[in-house]
Amino acid sequence: MKRGNAMEKYVIIGNGVAAAACIEGIRSVDSEGSITVVSQEKHHVYCRPLISYLLEGKTDKERMLYRPADFYEKNGCSVLYGKTAVKIDKDAKKVSLDDGQVIDYTKLCVATGSSPFVPPFTGLDTVEKKCSFMTLDDADTLAAAVNSESKVLIVGAGLIGLKCAEGIQDRVGSITVCDLADRVLSSILDAQSAGLVQSHLESKGVSFLLSDSVERFDVNKAYMKSGKEVDFDVLVLAIGVRANIGLVKDAGGETNRGIVINDNMQTSLADIYAVGDCAEGNDISFGQRRVLALLPNAYFQGQCAGVNMAGGEKVFDKAIPMNSIGFFGFHMMTAGSSFKPEDGGQVYEEIDEKHIKKLFYRNDTLTGFMLVGETCRAGIYTAMIREKTPLSSVNFDMLKETPTSAAFSQETRRKMFGGVV
Amino acid sequence: MKRVYVKEEWCLGCHLCEYNCAFANSGQKDMITALKGKPIYPRIHVEGDEKITYAVSCRHCTDPMCIKSCIAGAISKVDGVVKVDQNKCVGCLTCVLVCPYGALAPSESGIMQKCELCLENTCGSPACVKGCPNRAIVYEER
Repeated sequence: MKRGNAMEKYVIIGNGVAAAACIEGIRSVDSEGSITVVSQEKHHVYCRPLISYLLEGKTDKERMLYRPADFYEKNGCSVLYGKTAVKIDKDAKKVSLDDGQVIDYTKLCVATGSSPFVPPFTGLDTVEKKCSFMTLDDADTLAAAVNSESKVLIVGAGLIGLKCAEGIQDRVGSITVCDLADRVLSSILDAQSAGLVQSHLESKGVSFLLSDSVERFDVNKAYMKSGKEVDFDVLVLAIGVRANIGLVKDAGGETNRGIVINDNMQTSLADIYAVGDCAEGNDISFGQRRVLALLPNAYFQGQCAGVNMAGGEKVFDKAIPMNSIGFFGFHMMTAGSSFKPEDGGQVYEEIDEKHIKKLFYRNDTLTGFMLVGETCRAGIYTAMIREKTPLSSVNFDMLKETPTSAAFSQETRRKMFGGVV
Repeated sequence: MKRVYVKEEWCLGCHLCEYNCAFANSGQKDMITALKGKPIYPRIHVEGDEKITYAVSCRHCTDPMCIKSCIAGAISKVDGVVKVDQNKCVGCLTCVLVCPYGALAPSESGIMQKCELCLENTCGSPACVKGCPNRAIVYEER
């Protein structure tokens, strides 16, 4: 049931996907309260993970808008572009902005995202052309910095660094990616899977320097710990990200790596919610709080917060890490968590030259998976992790071979394909 | 709203629905020209084992995970029908990662396509249903 409460003043700090979801959540309950969005970036909400596809020419700035151009207008939002929130006064319920403006809120949603983490490299200031790869402005900076002769050094072989490599591969002369870790995508892949992905990227012309890190920069040269030297024209820093927790921390809210939230997306401070890459909620596959900086999670959290801010009742207690990512047409998907054998973790594996499948399970539930090269119908596995489907209630041997609802009971299938879901 | 439902006990496992789907969405007038000798990329597929078969296509869920998870904002619901804007999709397959029904698969180009109930192609209503020889797939209100 929709209601209207013109007395409510919703304020959202941030203007990414989590913020857009929060707006949609609020408006699913309350069509009247005012919504103010504080947007550091001077852009309408766009699909952040698409910046590499923008450089690759697979999308453009118009198509990569997350919602239609009239989104804010239709939802009765005022957006303060190019403004940064600098302080939350939780007692007076006010947010101060960098231009001196102070705005009142009745319910506040912090969706401040994350910032690139850049260690204090010696000589970084001598590098002329450098950028991170997080925002649309970063993508513009990078596009302007490179030409077909450019030698690009990307520091960081994680999701951001490798998507960047894919995005610019056709525009530059050469790409070298270095990482302190001994493998690519170390946050989601094990050594075996990472090896497969790395060889695919190498076959497309990307070079790697792994288990190595930059000791210092000198203008256009990186001196590595290993003693190697890398000449470059353009430097991309994709080492990692840090959740933007400062506003809530300074206001006295509970923070850890991210802003601590409960299953209603509430922080420890009254009437303040936190969602998206800045928040730390429960990862049910691991049974512990984690920052899950993933777009789907940002939406689920944002919408949940919005509904609750507007007086509805919603919980989001199904968060798990999950990634679907591809490089030059080679796809992989990972979800959930794996546990060590001594903690009761078991694994089912299928490995050949072109594909890897690993299913992680424990205590009669699937806890995670890693699929490289073959990803059909993976959502069936993902749902089993999310719903903690007892393996004893399904034909797990059939599921090991391939994800299929044929492994479920006839009654379950009748609900899935014969009912309204 | 009307949706596509399957009765697995009636399914013969003939795969005709896959061919009818691929043809209905090919934009061509002749089935032979459209499909002969080519790999098909239907938006419905038959699953099962030696005992049971059934066709799987988009459930047009009440609260679709794919819409919320799409990194390109390319999936939306229009009058109850879950649709993908192929102009916005970049083929990341996150929707495949989250669909609990295993109902989604990309097109030949890698960009997503999905069952949109044939409402906007020349068929006008689901081709899989029209062509099912044993009425194992139906299009109705439930």
